[in-house]
Amino acid sequence: MRVDLHVNGGTVGVDVEPRCTLLDCLRDEIGLKGTHAGCEHGVCGACTILVDGEPARSCLMLAVQADGHTLTTIEGLSPGPGELSVLQDAFCEAHGLQCGYCTPGMILAAHALLARTLAPTRADIVAAISGNLCRCTGYGQIIEAIALAAERLRGANVGMGGTRR
Amino acid sequence: MKPVAFDYVRPASISEACRLLAADDGARIIAGGQTLIPLLAMRLARPARLVDIARIPELAFIRDDADGVRIGSMTRQCVAERDATAARKLPLLAKALPWVGHPPTRQRGTIGGSIANGDPAAEIPLVAVTLEAVITVQDAVGIAEIAAGEFYLGPMITALADDGIVTEVRFPAWDSGRVGTGFHEISARSSDFAFVAAAAQVALDAGGCCTALAVGIGGAGDTPVRLEALSEALVGSHLGETEVRDAVAAACSDLETADDLHASAAYRKRVAATLARRAILDARDEAVGGRHAG
Amino acid sequence: MSEPTAFKYVSHKRRVREDRRFVSGQAVFVSDIAPPGTRHAAVLTSPYACARIVSIDASEALAMPGVLAVVDGRELAAATNSLLIGVDAPLVKRYPMAAGRARYAGEWVAVVVAQSRALAEDAREKIRVAYEELPYVLDAEAAYRPDSIPVHPEHGSNVLLDRRFVWGDVDGAFAAAPHTMSYRVKWGRSATVPIETFGVVASWDPWREMLDVWASIQMPKFADQIARALRMPMSGVRVHQDVDVGGSYGVKRGIKHTVLAGFLARRLGCPVKLIEDRLENMRGGDMHGPERVFDVELAFDDAGLVHAMRMRAIDNVGAYAGRSPLQLGKPVGAIVGPYRIEAVAYHAIAVTSNKTPQEAVRGFGQAPTNYAIETGMDRVAEALGLDRLEVRRRNFIRADEFPYLIPSGTTYDSGDYHAVVAKTVRHAGWESLLAERDRLRASGRLAGIGIASCLEPSGANSSFEPLLNPKNTTTTWMESCRIMVDALGAITLTIHTTSAGQGHETLAATAAGEALDLDPDRIRVVRATSLESLPSNSPVGSRMAIMLGGAAYHAGHKVRDKLVAIAAHQWGVAPTNLRYRNGGVEDPNDGRALEWMDLVLIAHRHYHLMPPGMEPGIAVSHILQVPTGGGLPTPDGRIQMYPCFSFEFHLVLLSIDPEIGKPEIHRYVVGHDCGTVINPDIVRGMTLGGIAHGLGAALLEEFVFDGEGQLLTQSFMDYLLPSANEVPQVEIVHHVTPSPHTVFGQKGSGESGYLGAPAAISGAINDAVRPLGIRFESLPIRISAIGDAIAAATEGQP
Repeated sequence: MRVDLHVNGGTVGVDVEPRCTLLDCLRDEIGLKGTHAGCEHGVCGACTILVDGEPARSCLMLAVQADGHTLTTIEGLSPGPGELSVLQDAFCEAHGLQCGYCTPGMILAAHALLARTLAPTRADIVAAISGNLCRCTGYGQIIEAIALAAERLRGANVGMGGTRR
Repeated sequence: MKPVAFDYVRPASISEACRLLAADDGARIIAGGQTLIPLLAMRLARPARLVDIARIPELAFIRDDADGVRIGSMTRQCVAERDATAARKLPLLAKALPWVGHPPTRQRGTIGGSIANGDPAAEIPLVAVTLEAVITVQDAVGIAEIAAGEFYLGPMITALADDGIVTEVRFPAWDSGRVGTGFHEISARSSDFAFVAAAAQVALDAGGCCTALAVGIGGAGDTPVRLEALSEALVGSHLGETEVRDAVAAACSDLETADDLHASAAYRKRVAATLARRAILDARDEAVGGRHAG
Repeated sequence: MSEPTAFKYVSHKRRVREDRRFVSGQAVFVSDIAPPGTRHAAVLTSPYACARIVSIDASEALAMPGVLAVVDGRELAAATNSLLIGVDAPLVKRYPMAAGRARYAGEWVAVVVAQSRALAEDAREKIRVAYEELPYVLDAEAAYRPDSIPVHPEHGSNVLLDRRFVWGDVDGAFAAAPHTMSYRVKWGRSATVPIETFGVVASWDPWREMLDVWASIQMPKFADQIARALRMPMSGVRVHQDVDVGGSYGVKRGIKHTVLAGFLARRLGCPVKLIEDRLENMRGGDMHGPERVFDVELAFDDAGLVHAMRMRAIDNVGAYAGRSPLQLGKPVGAIVGPYRIEAVAYHAIAVTSNKTPQEAVRGFGQAPTNYAIETGMDRVAEALGLDRLEVRRRNFIRADEFPYLIPSGTTYDSGDYHAVVAKTVRHAGWESLLAERDRLRASGRLAGIGIASCLEPSGANSSFEPLLNPKNTTTTWMESCRIMVDALGAITLTIHTTSAGQGHETLAATAAGEALDLDPDRIRVVRATSLESLPSNSPVGSRMAIMLGGAAYHAGHKVRDKLVAIAAHQWGVAPTNLRYRNGGVEDPNDGRALEWMDLVLIAHRHYHLMPPGMEPGIAVSHILQVPTGGGLPTPDGRIQMYPCFSFEFHLVLLSIDPEIGKPEIHRYVVGHDCGTVINPDIVRGMTLGGIAHGLGAALLEEFVFDGEGQLLTQSFMDYLLPSANEVPQVEIVHHVTPSPHTVFGQKGSGESGYLGAPAAISGAINDAVRPLGIRFESLPIRISAIGDAIAAATEGQP
């Protein structure tokens, strides 16, 4: 089936079987490898992308369901080649990761949170990433990274931006 | 974990969807996909055709009318969570929704999907059973209404026919007295399927006397259950702690509970009573605190 | 880090350079790799715990679209050598797929290769396998009995390892002791379960006779084992070590996956990609952790001093074994924990059963052993009515006793356990913790404080190999680093193994930068394939800070020494008269100096100015043998094992609603001493992550089998990994007791947190429920079990 997907500000036409998940489509048909498969049954959150600005598990969507939506993957957050968004940079500053496998999903979940509020409490941050499992960090430095990003964005007096629409 | 191959079709109307289901034994509805797609990935579900009802406009609505609040089955859980009407008129549903899955799954998951799936540990069916909601189903032959208490027959087994679609759920809204709600759930991790959950809604008159009470238990047995006996026992009382405790103990004394690797049957039975008591008392306190119906 | 440091770069905050590619989605994990023509494999698994494979009919599968081949275990076993086993059990043969007999539910029986993974799974369903079910054994004690059904009949029994050690006069100590006690604890089968499953891509080039391998791997001697199994020269196997690994914590050993993929690539003439899906991973990926029962006896006196210990540890290894039984041996190197126990008898038993095989898990058996030892310390205190902290203080090895030789032959390098405890207790506010516990109790909750003081052996002198298998006389445990300064003065450092998030590139650059007195950010780090690699033993056993840090430091010094020698030659003075600083060399006597680029130019282009006999260019390497290593065990089983011993001290305050039984952690404080810290953010992350793993093992995670050997917890719906909701905020109190064995005084920290958290959390729960006469003696401790135990204990009470 042919379907047109709006990803990271551009439109891509793909021809996929209906059974192809959005996750596999992003990775294998469109070549966006930053979104990862961790469990393929919707628990770990490694496959998290933004659908119309809100986190969703791409392993729990079929590619053929995704037309008409605005999709954002981790590749869509970098402002340009070699450049990091404030949030991505905060993850580097606070070392909010180790192996990096859960990180794209984690950052996208954080991105959606910070688009809603730049003053999240620790509980808000935990709730926002509660659906993203990490086995490396114990979450501590991830939470600090998100809090740091919020603080920097507040200080910078700019909005989240960062996603190419 | 790749699904079997299937066709995919997107009908434009409910009746077209019903026709497609009736025409093919191997056809199945997909709504939010949060429950179905894992089953597809594990090849536990092997449809020949998926009928996607997500964009049928007649299925997504929240309407307040004389009979209660009607929620179209394709209403996304996150939409219901943010809806002002639902918050005002269905406080028990509003209290339960944040417990359903995780924010990303509520982004896609639907009210109707959860209702139709019939997981005994799921929160939305529990609220439906507790409030005596009415579920509207439609197939190629016609439309029928089924009381929630009669809809759930066993774990993941409902009265929905193979070629039927849940089109809406009507939740009664309590219009008189001071209404309060309580919801408690125990799971190994937040947002897991509950070992056991309790939902309670009470209405008090101006003097604090209980005029209506609804309590349901989920996750304990094969289906969510409404504790009818509690309504009889406690309506007319002031919901004092001791009388609530005693009434709950009596009502739960023959509760059938399941044993699995996460929790024992004894645990579920005992904690069902604890959670029911706490939910009723929370509801009472909330009602006393001045929340008015309507 | 607020403490002063003697180092310019080591111990200072530095961004982990690897993070850049991960936050931007630009990492390359094995699933991202697909050479042209790649085909996809899916494995068919046995549904039975034990069965003879009568026949396999793949005809229908082969006829399906896009299917290239179906291969079964018989063909594979004929064409490959069996996989290495760590103990002396040559008749326990293991191949990637079952040949003739399947020995656990989930064992691979056949493999389909097709154009896509989905097509391979479609075809897999069409393979018809006829099985004849056979008797099986699942329980370790049952498997240990001589009359049990052997999983490997050729081996004759289920016993893979049955070894008794006696170090010191154990019987005498027990006879003389005023008190003895015995207890049993069980460590449930769990694992560190990375979010990325194991995967491998193998590609055979018949023209160059080269097998290229990309894998999500953490495995010593990986290329070695591939070559042996596939009957190839090791120089024909090229493992690409720049593949990013999505977490491993021990388990990603994937040798059966790789041998299978390599075999298929050669047989089919196309690259073959085998990525476990989560179900395959949980059930048949062979990455379960220890499943161990400890029977412990302690001999102690009125002061609570433990003089002797007897420990029997039996582990249910599963149907096959690689290195997993050796996880009973590693704890020998820290068998007394941080305590001055004078005599120990250790009985280590590893048995096969018809369960999923085990693999190395973070700590390699130390976490279960610490749980057993710490349980004992709490019990001694309880028996004597003494404070648990005080009992530990009395038993601790004292700071002035290091280096300290323990009965099993290992010398602990350094430590100051009393100082760490004092610091941690002061930070936590012991009195306020007790007061908070009492307040929680007064409010109607059960509340307790858990304590665990544990060692983290680090450096991986893996002498448990010759200890448990005398035929294995390996004593070389090395790590290497190469540094090249190119003709334009840029520095490139090469590391020779894979990494799974430990920040090794940053670590190595920091160590080299310290040696070179140059900003580590100037040093580019690359990875060699196995063919260009110097010897490496992989990041295992908390070794890389010590070993890669050491090798990088020594290599950096070799560069520095060369530059000084070149300068000395220019000026006709002895090198010892000169001073090296910031990449340049100066003569303090008259102020003349040569800068970095001057020296680089001489080395690369001006041979006429070089010292006689010195090699041109600047390319050095250092291959570091593990400190204190190189010895074989004594006949009575004494051996120096790991060189460096980090220390961790956990304090946990938790409470439980008695009607619900769900533990809630209110405060988590850990004191951590891993010597000199090379990168503070990396070490902190390791500790926090280890505690999360430990919490999972203590409360949530278990591979549960039913009575027929079926794994019930096959997916993440039933195997419960802690989320951000479950892991509490952790306060880390830092202390530095340097190691005398390492270049900066660093010790390892890769297993920190995990080694002590289960003991601490279990201890806290037991402290909370003790007033009810309840005691939990196995992990994980589930909410339902807590609730039911409380209900039974309070039955009939108002």
